[in-house]
Formats: sequence, C-alpha cells, structure tokens
Amino acid sequence: MIDALKARLGSIWQLSMMRWRLFYREPGTMFWTFGFPMALSIVLGIAFRSQKPEPVVCGVLEGPRAVMIQELLEKSTDVRKPDVLSESQADAQLRTGKVSLVVVPADPPTYRLDSTRPESRLAKALVDDALQRGLGRKDAFTPHSDEVTAVGSRYIDFLIPGLVGLGLMSSGLWGVGFSLAEMRTRKLLKRFVATPMKRADLLLSFLVVRAFSLIVELPPLLIFARVAFGVRMQGSIVVFALVCLVGALSFSVLGLLLSSRAENPQIVSGLINVVSFPMYLGSGVFFSTGRYPDGIRKVIDVLPLTALVDALREIMNEGTAFSPLVLRALAILVAWGVGSFLLALRLFRWR
Amino acid sequence: MKCRGLKKTYKRTGLAAVDDDSEVVAVDGLDLDVAAGECFGLLGPNGAGKTTTVEVLEGLLEPSEGDVTILGRRWDKDETYLRERIGLSLQQTFLPDKLTVIETVRLFRSFFKTGRTVEETIGLVALQEKRKAKYETLSGGQKQRLAVACALVSDPELLFLDEPTTGLDPQSRRMLWDVISKFRNEGGSVVLTTHYMDEAERLCDRVGVVDHGKMIAIGTPKELIASLGGSHIVEVQAEGEGLAALLPAELATLPSIHACKPVLGRMAFTVGELHVALPAILTAYTERKLTVKDLSTHSATLEDVFVHLTGRQLRD
Repeated sequence: MIDALKARLGSIWQLSMMRWRLFYREPGTMFWTFGFPMALSIVLGIAFRSQKPEPVVCGVLEGPRAVMIQELLEKSTDVRKPDVLSESQADAQLRTGKVSLVVVPADPPTYRLDSTRPESRLAKALVDDALQRGLGRKDAFTPHSDEVTAVGSRYIDFLIPGLVGLGLMSSGLWGVGFSLAEMRTRKLLKRFVATPMKRADLLLSFLVVRAFSLIVELPPLLIFARVAFGVRMQGSIVVFALVCLVGALSFSVLGLLLSSRAENPQIVSGLINVVSFPMYLGSGVFFSTGRYPDGIRKVIDVLPLTALVDALREIMNEGTAFSPLVLRALAILVAWGVGSFLLALRLFRWR
Repeated sequence: MKCRGLKKTYKRTGLAAVDDDSEVVAVDGLDLDVAAGECFGLLGPNGAGKTTTVEVLEGLLEPSEGDVTILGRRWDKDETYLRERIGLSLQQTFLPDKLTVIETVRLFRSFFKTGRTVEETIGLVALQEKRKAKYETLSGGQKQRLAVACALVSDPELLFLDEPTTGLDPQSRRMLWDVISKFRNEGGSVVLTTHYMDEAERLCDRVGVVDHGKMIAIGTPKELIASLGGSHIVEVQAEGEGLAALLPAELATLPSIHACKPVLGRMAFTVGELHVALPAILTAYTERKLTVKDLSTHSATLEDVFVHLTGRQLRD
C-alpha cells in the first residue's frame, strides 16, 4: 500500500519534472512569462506617467483693452500667457485648435469658442475665473483641492494587478492547452496511455507545475513595479497569492478543456485566441470595465479574468483581504475551473 | 497471445461522409497465435492493416469484432495487469524534445511498478554516451533506440514494435536488430511489424503476410519460401512480336520450373534447379523468336512470396 503510494508519487514527480523542464528549457516561454509583462508595464507606465496639468491656451483679439486683459490672464497659473491676435489670426488659430478660446476685449468681454470641444469649455471656465477675479470678484469661499496622485491611485497602480491577471490567464491557457495539444500531435499522450501511467497523474502534474511556477512568475513583475514605479502592495500578500493560485489553476483547467479535442496545436492556438481576446479587452486589464454599457457589463462581470483582476486590484490597491468582492471573485474562478474540468473529463481525447 | 476473427472498421470521415456512410475495413477477420518466447512478424505493404492490428493487440484500439487474449488475459478486464507486462513502441512517437535520454527513461520507468534500472536500460540500447543528450539532438537511429528503451524499461514479457527500423540507416537497423534478438534470447516474446523482408527473415521465428486487412500466409520464413516450390527466382525481360502470345501456363511446364507469373513487364519463374531451368527458359524464348533483354536470378526471399501471393511488390 505504502509502496504503491510511493510509486504513484514518484510518477507524479517525474511527470512534473518533465513539465518543469520543458517550461524552463524553452526560451520562448521564458520571454512570454517574464519579459513580456515587464516590457508592457514599462511602455504603459511611461505613456501614462503622472504629469503636471497643462495650462489652457487662449488668445486675445486686438483692441483698446487687449493689453489689460492680457496682463490679467498672465497672472493666472491655469492660463498660458495669451498673444494678441488680429481678426484673421484669431479665426485661423481657433479653427485649427492652436488656441482653445479667443477673448474679444469689449466691455464686458466676449468669449469666442466652439463649445463642443471639452478643452474650449475648460478654457472658458478658467479664463472667466481669472478675469472675474482680476476685476475684483470676491469668491464665496476658497475650496481645498485634494490631489489624487497618491500611490495606489495612479494608472500604473491600476495597471499592474491587471497585468498580473493577464499573465496568469496566458500562462494557464497556453502553458496547459497548447502543451497538451502538442503532446497529442506528437503521439506522446497515446504513448503514455500505453503504459500503466494514471491519466489523472499527468493532468495533476500540469496543475502542480502551474502552481509552483507562480513562485518564479509573480515576484519579478511585482518587484519590478515596486522598484521602477513605486507600486505598493497595500493588502495581504498571502491573500493576493491565494487569489493568484486559484486564478492560475482555473485558467489551467480552461486550457485543458480547450485542448481536449484539438488534433494539433494550431487549432488550440485559434481557440485560445478566441477565448482570451474578449477578456484581454473586456476584463478591465487596461481600462475600467465601467466604460462598457450595463448589458455587456453583466456578461463581462462573470468572466474569469474580470473576477481575477478585480480581486487582485482590490487587494493590492485598497488593501482589503476577504472582502465580498474577493470572495465573489474566488467563487467565479472556482466555478469556471470545476465546470471546465467536468466538461474536459467527458471530452478529452487521449489518442 | 491469441487473436480470433479480429475485425476493425472505421466510419468514413470528412467530405465522403456526406453522401456515404459506408465503413472502411482496416482489418478484416484476422486470426493470430503467438507462443511465449516467439518472435512474430507481421509483414505487409503500407496500408495493409498492420498498425491497426497491432494497436488492437496493444489495447489502444477496440476491435469492432473478434477476441484478443494476451498473456491469458483480456484488455477489457485486466488492463492494468497487462499494461504492467507489455512494452511497446508506436509507429511514430516524438518524445519530448527538451528532455535528455536519462530523463526520458527515468520518466517511463516511474510509470511501472517493476522493471529494469534506468542505467541498465540505457545500456541495453547502447545509448550510454548519449545519456545527457536532449532528444532533439539525437539521430534517427538513436531516437528509435530510445523509443525501444522506453518499451524495455519495464522488463516486459511481451514486446510490440511497430515498424521499428523504418527509415533508418543500415547500421542503426543492425543495432536495433541486436537489441531485439537479445530481448528474445532472454525469453521475451516479440510482435513486430515491418515492410522489410530481410528484417522479417532475420528476426522472426514466424511471419504472417498481411494484405488488405487479411492474413494471406503464415509460417516460418523457410516454410513460406518453400511454399513457392523452388528456391530460386529467375526474371526475364524480353522483346519481340510474339511476346503477347507468351503464356505463363505454357512456360510453367518447362523442366524444374514450379511457377511462372508476369510481374511488372517481366516474367518471373520460380525454379528448383537453376542449371536445368535456365537453358530450357532460354531455348523457349529463342524458339519463339523473342530477344532476351535482361535476365536475372536470385535466391527466393519473402519478397517473392509476397509477389507470388499478390502479384504486387511490397513497396511500390
């Protein structure tokens, strides 16, 4: 009995070692697992880095009061020092968007703008403020503004948990789905089932290796995000790791399902792309799912990547542990995992 | 090992299925017995049903009809028992590219309760020097030997090899023959498929000739060759106006000639005594004013048996 168990574990160990060796000996997988998420976070981190707000640009039409208006606007930090423009210059610059607004220095001044353009409306508000105050308007109160450039609420803070989730999805679907289809094409699955190997052991070894590769997969991106962008883990690293594990396994089983009938890796590639592309865009990796209409959001909300990314983001940026959102996400991921597994059991072709 | 009335049919797939639900018969009622310690060869051209037969025997395909008993057991009842005791190599397996020889053998060893040590197995197929080499760097012959090592690692009682030497260079083939002979000499039973006559003659105690899913002859290589009735083959290619009127039945009555059959534009004679038959054949051609363009003789082989039985070459 104990011998049988030892033999079984030995077999799972050897199968897992096979998986692991094939993983780290393949340069391509190393790039997609480690290099790609980092490259993506560098590019997006630079593109969306926090900047000082730009002052609005406006012009003043020539006239007797033009210089006075120009001086008043010059004092405001929100408005760039305006040029005095001739009628034709003003028209041209307004039309081409070089200035967002032209002040006609009559008494009272007239603002010339296209109010369908957001920057023109912004300019109108800021220019109006500057002129009213400059000419003696008293504000009812002086508001405080609370700037949200704090760590944890920047775009890069939003992005990193999304990239972690995206990485878990790709490694799960490709690592398991593609590899199994390749093993089928190479007749390796058939060769294995011609031995006393337990079929469950092979599948188990895939999951074991997926779980363990998280240890080498997650830290590089998280450490890189911390060092390069100061992205911090606000919540519990243990809960974060647990959600990652459940997500990784869930996507692995989904990969197993996608590979269950495929004759060759090309078919599986197609299936994986079909399944992952909607989540790539829809699941809130790069921008909030709030931008989609409600009807579509109902579908998006139960996708495994949406659940995973929402939970990771909340743990990492809000510092929650097992909040209702995280528990709901875990339930969604488990449901996808178990559902895919049961379906894969029925569909999987070994030969 | 026993197999009775084995039949395997496939549903047609693909476009043909639209207007045709007939079945393709891969193996059509095949009987086979292999005794313990015997090396049995299934011989036949590509598409004859050899691989299907072997895969049914290996328990990888279910027969549509018929019975298979291996080591006194049946696949549907004792799969685990049988899997522990047979070794096999498929016609085509690509082992993992990035695993080394020793890692691959160790992996296969872990599937079996009992068996040889990993080092011993690698020694059996003479891959010691390549033990740390990755599969992708091995030559065709070395890859095939590794596949056989994976079959031998459990020290099986019965070994199935599906075209073990197809596409290999002569030296690699001879090395594999040595491995197989050694396994047999130590008491193991072997079932192999091949379309190489020399391989069957050299390795097999008995040979079954398969064509179109049917066993068309079975016996020791000697018996099969003897069934031709002569030990030499004479092939004659001739030219002349009377060639069409040349009747095999007529020629077969010449002295010491047992059979005569046109094969691929030549006339093939099965001959007992060359020194008697040759002058008679030449005289017969001269009398009919036919010019002999080419004449060759060789000792009869299993190839000739196949040609005799089917009128076709094994590999065409």
